[in-house]
Amino acid sequence: MTFIAKPKVSHPGLPKNKLGLTSRDYEGVVSTLCAGCGHDSVTAALIQAVFELDIEPHMLAKMSGIGCSSKTPAYFVSQAHGFNSVHGRMPSVTTGANAANRDLMYIGVSGDGDSLSIGVGQFVHAIRRNLNMCYVIENNGVYGLTKGQFSASADIGSLPKKGMPNQQEPIDPVSTALSLGATYIARSFSGDKEQLVPLLKGALLHSGFSLVDVISPCVTFNDHEGSTKSYAHTRQFYNHVVNVDYIHPSEEIKASYAEGEAMPIHLHGGDTIILRKVDGGYDPTSRAAAFKYLRERFNAGEITTGLLYVNEAREEMHELMGNSDTPLSKIPLDELNPGKEELKKIQNRYR
Amino acid sequence: MATVNDVVIKIGTVNGTGSASANGLLRKSIFRMGVPVVGKNYFPSNIQGLPTWYEIRVTGDGYQSRSNRVDVMVAMNAQTYAKDLADVATGGWLIYDSTWPRSRQLDRDDIMVMGIPFSRMCNEHFDGARARILMKNIAYVGAIAALLDIDLDIITSLIEETYAAKQKLIVSNMEAIRLGYDYAMEHYSCPLPMRVEKMDATEGHIVIDGNTAAGLGCVYAGATVGAWYPITPSTSLMDAFRDFCLMYRHEPETDKRTYCIIQAEDELAAIGMVLGANWMGARSFTPTSGPGISLMSEFIGFAYYAEIPAVIFNVQRTGPSTGMPTRTQQCDIVSCAYASHGDTMHVLLFPGDPAECFDMAVQAFDLAERLQTPIMVLSDLDIGMNDWMVPELEWNDDYVPDRGKVLDAEELEKMEQFYRYLDVDGDGIPYRTLPGVHPKGAYFTRGSGHTKLGAYTENSDDYQDVVDRLLVKWETTRTLVPEAEIRYSAFNKAAILTLGSGDGACKEALDRLEAQNVGLNYCRVKAFPFTDAVRDFIEKHDVVYVVEQNRDAQLRTLLINDIDADQNKLVSLLHYNGMPIHAGFVVEGVLAEIAKGRAA
Repeated sequence: MTFIAKPKVSHPGLPKNKLGLTSRDYEGVVSTLCAGCGHDSVTAALIQAVFELDIEPHMLAKMSGIGCSSKTPAYFVSQAHGFNSVHGRMPSVTTGANAANRDLMYIGVSGDGDSLSIGVGQFVHAIRRNLNMCYVIENNGVYGLTKGQFSASADIGSLPKKGMPNQQEPIDPVSTALSLGATYIARSFSGDKEQLVPLLKGALLHSGFSLVDVISPCVTFNDHEGSTKSYAHTRQFYNHVVNVDYIHPSEEIKASYAEGEAMPIHLHGGDTIILRKVDGGYDPTSRAAAFKYLRERFNAGEITTGLLYVNEAREEMHELMGNSDTPLSKIPLDELNPGKEELKKIQNRYR
Repeated sequence: MATVNDVVIKIGTVNGTGSASANGLLRKSIFRMGVPVVGKNYFPSNIQGLPTWYEIRVTGDGYQSRSNRVDVMVAMNAQTYAKDLADVATGGWLIYDSTWPRSRQLDRDDIMVMGIPFSRMCNEHFDGARARILMKNIAYVGAIAALLDIDLDIITSLIEETYAAKQKLIVSNMEAIRLGYDYAMEHYSCPLPMRVEKMDATEGHIVIDGNTAAGLGCVYAGATVGAWYPITPSTSLMDAFRDFCLMYRHEPETDKRTYCIIQAEDELAAIGMVLGANWMGARSFTPTSGPGISLMSEFIGFAYYAEIPAVIFNVQRTGPSTGMPTRTQQCDIVSCAYASHGDTMHVLLFPGDPAECFDMAVQAFDLAERLQTPIMVLSDLDIGMNDWMVPELEWNDDYVPDRGKVLDAEELEKMEQFYRYLDVDGDGIPYRTLPGVHPKGAYFTRGSGHTKLGAYTENSDDYQDVVDRLLVKWETTRTLVPEAEIRYSAFNKAAILTLGSGDGACKEALDRLEAQNVGLNYCRVKAFPFTDAVRDFIEKHDVVYVVEQNRDAQLRTLLINDIDADQNKLVSLLHYNGMPIHAGFVVEGVLAEIAKGRAA
């Protein structure tokens, strides 16, 4: 099968963003995923997020590994470079790309197999470095392309289409990221665009590592009764804890928020997000509290969603290293070269 | 029989006792007398307590390899005393610490054994256990200086330079030197018949290891992103890069870094970072060794197929598996040439000494960007971690880096549509674009099947079109890689062909064979794929002795595979015990073949 380019027609009445682009300008080629796949909804949410953030398409870099999720960067923002790398290795490629050019905005799209099994090492180390990227896990609990094996995020007791229920502890990307010190941690559901889009916007604008774990059901291999990653199960046990409103720097904060339930977070670039707490007692700036809450709700069988933890204080990779503000890839090579005389001088130590 | 400037000194110590600086002092002082030297470390994979040796070959003829002979043994390690004693050549000398009595059984009457009470003298003159151990090392330098007639003034000035900021250390080091020196002068007839004498053969030269030179080369090449996972014997390459970056790579106004070194979680990640950075347009590299290459292989194949520049230094060590991590070999030639699954071939550069590590580091970045593919610089432990006398490194300020075929915003603006993998120029090298430059430059980089337009494909013809074009690029590569070093010294149908660190031993062997009226021509390949000159060279000879440091004749395999060399002509001489090759091995190998009736 070959790729299908989307026809370039658009309604004249489509809204335009500040760059004069419509949301169609942020699309990619036609998806080849199964009809109803949660991943296509995540793609749509990403398109909406970058469109609404007025991001210049070529200033995005779309990174992925291998798997159904990792195909999706082809399905959004055709005018951005994409890097569909090898299985589980998207974080390292993104680390190198970001090291070379800190001016771009990095979206990594991964899956539960790609990030929690084969690529778990790179996933955790990208977090450790506080790599400035938006890391989306399209989490469905199974391997799709190899036809339905459990992944490491499958819950205990979850039933496969055929065979025995899963008996192993799941790896939860959210609590893993929390324990490792990720600085923006969110969970959402592919079926809840209203919640997902602002979470993605916040994640894209956050300076440092932002994780958005999206429950994204696999309609072919994991959407049956007894699966804990199905549409039905997710809808039933889905629990909003903290929602996010994104406020553009040029906008005033218009909506009215009840005292104690809203928490503005000022992002590095000047943007603001407002956290709307559904559960007033939840503190998304405390790792310990977030961890406790998440475990308790998990034990109660709930899927806690929203912006679960945020830390704007910790510096991202370049700041931690004290690197030049100019992207390294843009410094002319002759400025990096100490020259002939210096080479003569330095060799005195080898005599 | 008196010999001048042709002596091998070997010092046996315990690792972790600080003998490296004493050994460096000794080696440098001989070099400063204008006499060529070779310094080799034979060290264990261990932090402290195991035997380690340093060998200094004083070679007035300026040979580059080790000699397989020991003339003066300094046996400071009781644990290896018996072995060290046995290693001394007949007519040689052995110095030991006579603070403690030596077993009578350990005697040889064909060498001269000299006891010097280093420990006792140092215990009397210095306080503290650490100082006593360190000064014992300096004291044997003093003793050797007396025995070999090494200039004390030069030693003094070296110590003064080294400890310029620590006056106390100058005094104590000089005291230790005198202890050894005076004792030897008083008790033995100094100098020995085998000694060092000033000459003028080191002008315009330095003594440096290959990893340091390669790290410096990366700075000069303009590399900004270095990603790595620590592995012996490549670690000191990144250490050197970091040291030079600390000196040279800060923005003058802000003092911020113009480099980024990332210690990766493993080699899988290190190579991923290198690909990401090169894809983004930075010059990026990783140093590693054999096990690292095994881990990187999946990504190396990706870079070959998706056509991403990368520079990989493989400082080879003895394999297979963990092997002997602190011993040398040229054992990754085949695994690097064809690293990764599927049909892949990679460009290899073979530096022959540290100076070439510097030059080839720069060439590697140019070739990587010109050819849009990984370039592997195959050094080895012998080159990377030992001390070689080489001509001063040179730099031309007119150097213009070759960034290859990269389209800028202006060019993209003018284009109707950009296609990533089209062979526009017929040389097999497509044009590439960098992210963040222009929306028209965007394409989807993938390791999955793709068409020449850059789109995903499972179509047979479209797939084959791209992999066939990569073969066109391979032939272009052949014309761009460094030319082999070829010497036609004799009208002869026999020759020696080698690579990398085999150079020194082979050139010395050529001289020795010449002296026995066996004149051979010489070819040292510097790159894979092989150039036409290498093909011609083999065609012109009836016998080509292929000298390499691995068990399986990997260079010979590549010659047969890549340029269809006649395998009947290629006679292997294989040295693979982990020690650096020496001339005697080559001479004996060639003579044995001749004795069997092989043409010389």
